[in-house]
Parts: sequence; C-alpha cells; structure tokens
Amino acid sequence: MRMVIKGNGAVAHAVRLARPQVISAYPITPQTSIIEGIASMVAEGKIDARFIKVESEHSALAGCIAAESAGARTFTATSAQGLALMHEVIHWAAGARLPIVLANVNRAMAPGWSIWTDQTDSLSQRDTGWMQVYCQSAQEVVDSVIQAYKVSERVLLPTMVILDAFFLSHTYEDVEVPEPGLVDGFLPPLDLPQKMDLEHPAALGNLVFPDRYMEFRRKMDLAHQVALGVWDEVGREWGELTGRPYGLVEQYRMDDAELVLVTAATTASTARVVIDALRDEGVAAGLLRLRVFRPFPADLIRTILADRKKVVILDRNCSFGHHGIFHQEIKSALYELPAGQQPEMHGVIAGLGGRDVTVEDLRGMLMGVWEGRITKPVTWWNVLEAKGAETGAVAMG
Amino acid sequence: MSAAETVFKPGSYKTDLKPVWCPGCGDFGVLNALYRAMAKLQLEPWNTVVISGIGCSSRLPGYVATYGFNSVHGRALTLATGTKLARPETTVIAVGGDGDGMAIGGNHLMHACRRNLDVTYILMDNEIYGLTKGQTAPTTPTGDKTKSSFWGNPEPAVDPVELAIATGATFVARGFSGDMKMLTELIQRGIEHHGFSFINVLSPCVTWRGEAQYGIIKEKLHKVPEDHDVTSREAAMRFTREKDVVTEGVLYEVQQPTIGDQIKAIREKAQGGKPAPDTKEILKTFYPAI
Repeated sequence: MRMVIKGNGAVAHAVRLARPQVISAYPITPQTSIIEGIASMVAEGKIDARFIKVESEHSALAGCIAAESAGARTFTATSAQGLALMHEVIHWAAGARLPIVLANVNRAMAPGWSIWTDQTDSLSQRDTGWMQVYCQSAQEVVDSVIQAYKVSERVLLPTMVILDAFFLSHTYEDVEVPEPGLVDGFLPPLDLPQKMDLEHPAALGNLVFPDRYMEFRRKMDLAHQVALGVWDEVGREWGELTGRPYGLVEQYRMDDAELVLVTAATTASTARVVIDALRDEGVAAGLLRLRVFRPFPADLIRTILADRKKVVILDRNCSFGHHGIFHQEIKSALYELPAGQQPEMHGVIAGLGGRDVTVEDLRGMLMGVWEGRITKPVTWWNVLEAKGAETGAVAMG
Repeated sequence: MSAAETVFKPGSYKTDLKPVWCPGCGDFGVLNALYRAMAKLQLEPWNTVVISGIGCSSRLPGYVATYGFNSVHGRALTLATGTKLARPETTVIAVGGDGDGMAIGGNHLMHACRRNLDVTYILMDNEIYGLTKGQTAPTTPTGDKTKSSFWGNPEPAVDPVELAIATGATFVARGFSGDMKMLTELIQRGIEHHGFSFINVLSPCVTWRGEAQYGIIKEKLHKVPEDHDVTSREAAMRFTREKDVVTEGVLYEVQQPTIGDQIKAIREKAQGGKPAPDTKEILKTFYPAI
C-alpha cells in the first residue's frame, strides 16, 4: 500500500507489521512521533501489543530486555541523550543475546544542546555488540526495520535501525508499505531457543567467572561474523518479495569510478546528485553508501575500494582526538591492501549538529581532493576556525 | 546589572533572553514570582546559582541573571548537590518540571530530601510532558487522555508533595502560578529555610492540558488553615493526594541539620580541634625507613 509518511511514521508502520508483543519507550525529540504513532496504533487495535510508557530510556530498554527474555518480540525507540542513558542496558541486551530492535534517530549530543542530526550518538554505541543499520530514506526505514527483526532473531543479536533527525525523521515521502500477509510470510513469530519458562526454570544474569566469560564474548563475535552473510541473504530475499533488494552497502556509478565518496544516511541522496553532475563534467566519480555498519563488511569494502584513485570519507561524527569514525574503520579495512592498490584517502568531518551538507559542500570536498587542493588526512568542513584553535588554546567560544 | 548596583529590583534579575514558553504558560508566573522573591531577599546574582534539567520549565535558568546550568534530563538535583557541597556559601535554586523531576530524575528527589540538602527545589508541575508535546507524566491524573494514552491514563498519579514529606524534606509547600502573591512568599520562605525546601507549583500547560486548567485549579484552591501545625508530618500528609481541593501554602517546616552541617561536624570531630594535617607529613609516615 502506498502511503505518504515521514521517517518516524515509517518506523511505526514497520513495527506494526513486525507484530511485536511489548513496546516500551520514553519520549525524546526527535523520536517522539515514532512512539506516538505506535501508541495510537496500539490504542486502535492495529498492533496487538502491550505499550508501556516508562519513566526513562534506561527503563524502556530494561523493559524490552525482560519481555524479550520471556520470549516476546519487543521494540523501543530513542535518540541521543536517551540512547546514552540506555548505555548500561544496551550492553546487556547484546550480552544476553536478545534480538531486540531499536530505532535511533541520530541527534547531536549535549552540550551545547542540540536536537539536530549527528551520528556520534549511535556510533558511541559501536562496541556494545549491537548491529547497526543506517538508512537513507523512509522506504529503507520500513524495509530495514522488518529485515532487522529477521536477522536479529536468526543470529540472536539486537539491531539498531538508524535514521537522521529531521532530514529523515520528519520529512514526508511516498513509501510502499507492505501488506501484513507479505511480512507474516517473511517474518515468522519469534521462537527463542532459551527463554524464561515456568516449565523449565532457569536463572538469568548470573556471575560468570574468568574461566567462561571470554567464551560468551567469543560467541558474540562469531554471531556478528555470521550476521554479515545473513544480512546479505535477508536483503536479497526481501528484494525477491518486494522488488527492493538490499545489500550491506550500496554502490552508485561505481563501475569505473576513480574518485569515490563514502558516506551513510541521507547525505547519500544529496551525493547522488553531485556524482551525476561530476560524471557529466567528465570526472569518473562514484558513491559508496555504508548501510550495515555493525557487523562491519570490511572485506567487501576493501574489494570495492581497491585500485580506486582517491577516496573521500564523509563523517557526520567525530572520535575526538582521532578521525571521523567511518574514516577510521575504512582506513583499517584497507590496510591489508598491497601498497599499489591503496587509494589516497581523505576524511571530511561535516554536518555535525544538523548543519546542512549541501550539493555545493559535497562538490567542494570531492573536487578539492580530486584536484589536489585538499591534502590533509582529515578536514573539518566549512568550520569557523577560532584564533588559536590550532594550538588547542581555544576551548569554547 | 553591575556589582555597584546595591538594590536589586525584580527586573534586575531579567536577562536579554525572551522566554520561549507558549503564551499563557504557567511558568511565566513562576519566573516572575522567583524574580520578586530574589529581590525581596536581595540575592546577589554572583552568589546565586539556578540549576535545571530538561523540559519547557528547565529553560528557566536562561531567563535569570545569575549563574545558571541547564543540565541533562532529570539531573537538576544531582548538579545542585555538587554545587552546594563545593560552594556552600552560594544560594542554590533547582528548578524543573514534573516529567524531569518525577520520571527520569525521580530517584534524586528522595536523596536530596533525606540528606536535607540546603537547596530550594521549585517543581513546575503541569501534569504532562510539555516539551515532547503532550504525553502522560507520572503526575497525569488517572483516566486523562494524552498523546500516549488514547483510552485514558491507566496509571495512578504521584503527588510530589507527599513524596517530599515522606522522604525527609524539611520545608514543603504547594503553590499555584496563578497566585503570584502567595507563590512569591513561598519561594522567599523556601530560600530562607536552612535545609531542603521543596515547592510544588501547579503551573498549567495551556497547550497540552488546555486553558481551562487555570479555572479548574482556581476553583479548588484554598489556603492552608491558619491552625495547621507545620511541624507535624502527620498533619501535613492530610494535604496530599487531594482530589476536590488544592491546598496552597507551607505544609511542613522543621529545622534539622543539613548534609553540609553534618559533613562540617564530622570534619571538625575528625580533626579534634587541630588544624588540617599536611598531606606531605602524612605521606612521610609511609616511607620505608632507610
């Protein structure tokens, strides 16, 4: 069914189709309309679930953890400060191998207070054992939430489906929302191998001594490796059902590209316009869009970027004291390439705190690198440099 | 305002920022009562700190020309605790909404109360989450329809006043943002009180609970009886969980040592009247004899 909905509405509809039994959430801008939409659907009887509006995000995820441990399919949504407040139990959900699906609307962290988009909130949860999918459109949000349940429940790892604040969460698009029957055929009811069960009483969350802890962690890491293949397979299967296949990454005009822009989320849609323009002008430009970021498809990215001339990696995030986070990961993935196949890599940090990344910005960074005007390994794009910034003398201002 | 200014008027505490609150918001009343109370007490801005968490009402520190801290969701009282313990000479005023103080930061109220932290905490209670646009709060009456409870709120509401009395606050009052005179007095007395002062202010949200709230509260409003014994916890508890009436005034007030007093007393006891020891001298006692 075709609907004109915003990114947050896309999440709500996908959740409806996934038939979770427990939804637990706390309002935070710009996520709130996701749970409002879900609350209405529960009230109207469109979702047969218990909806709990708890007193904080920490409790929201804890509620999902408990319900999922009892064998129920669950959902929660949050953003920035809320995700950070969940951090303790974010680790728990992954460590307990609970296939929870969470939608995170990327929002900048305080201070200074901001409600606008920035990827540092979700990327700060990179090492928790959750899978992460970055979406570029409301259509992809619908499709990814449904796929996330399938993959999560296969490999027993939770997934964070991530969408940009406002640029995606609050903009309306024409979206194909699948019919319930189609999704029911794709996503069978949850059947956890281990759960709280009165017939088979067991204790959860016990102390694990040093002789066993590492084995649990090893299994999580192995599950991530398996998950790479599962995402690929599930994305293909979804494509056969709907005509919209998904891969771990998306490539645009990459066949003979010599200059590659790597980025994620909504910036990729702006980027396609720039790539087309550069192609018209005779520059062999292409786009590599990161979609599944955890597990990280390092081998695939290495194969795709081998032998390219120049690569620009755009990060809407920063690991302070080092590079943008996507930049770091891609650099490390390409280290294994022989010197002759290594592209020249430049990181660009742009669009933090919701600053717009325009067609002109993308053209500027791509051509700056292509024509050799940008030579530094990392560039903060279009930022007002205060006097003394280079010596670290300026803290704020 | 300058240090040379000797008499502070309510307007002296205004900043250049214009409040972003909706027209008719109860928080304007609280802000004006706070300006007036501060002027009555002649609080020096450079010795005053206003601290909040997150929410519509938590914008308030930006509108007061003192030190201010618009901190993170629910943590106003934790920052107030740190500020007061580090700088006991300052007047610390914590402010925020019922969502901030009763939900995400709910557990901090109990500890500020039981410690009898010498801070004034003004809770702007509109019975709804305003900033996130109208979801059920812990103070929303049972049965009320909100954007997160279409069929009515299934949960019983908390009375913040009851919670504060029960967990050890030494000054507890209830005010109404539509009664400026009383509210100014309550805030003034709260700041003057040595110990934890909790003021629950019914501050209507006209956008998400409707303008009728003013009329509903006004109709139920009456002053605490003159013969009420403010030192009796039992008597004070009679003015909690009210349904058909709203009692405004000081409901409970007793004198007890604050956490600051207790820490000071312990320090003095530990030092036994001697000056603070020199760390270097103490470290020397651990050096191996060579």
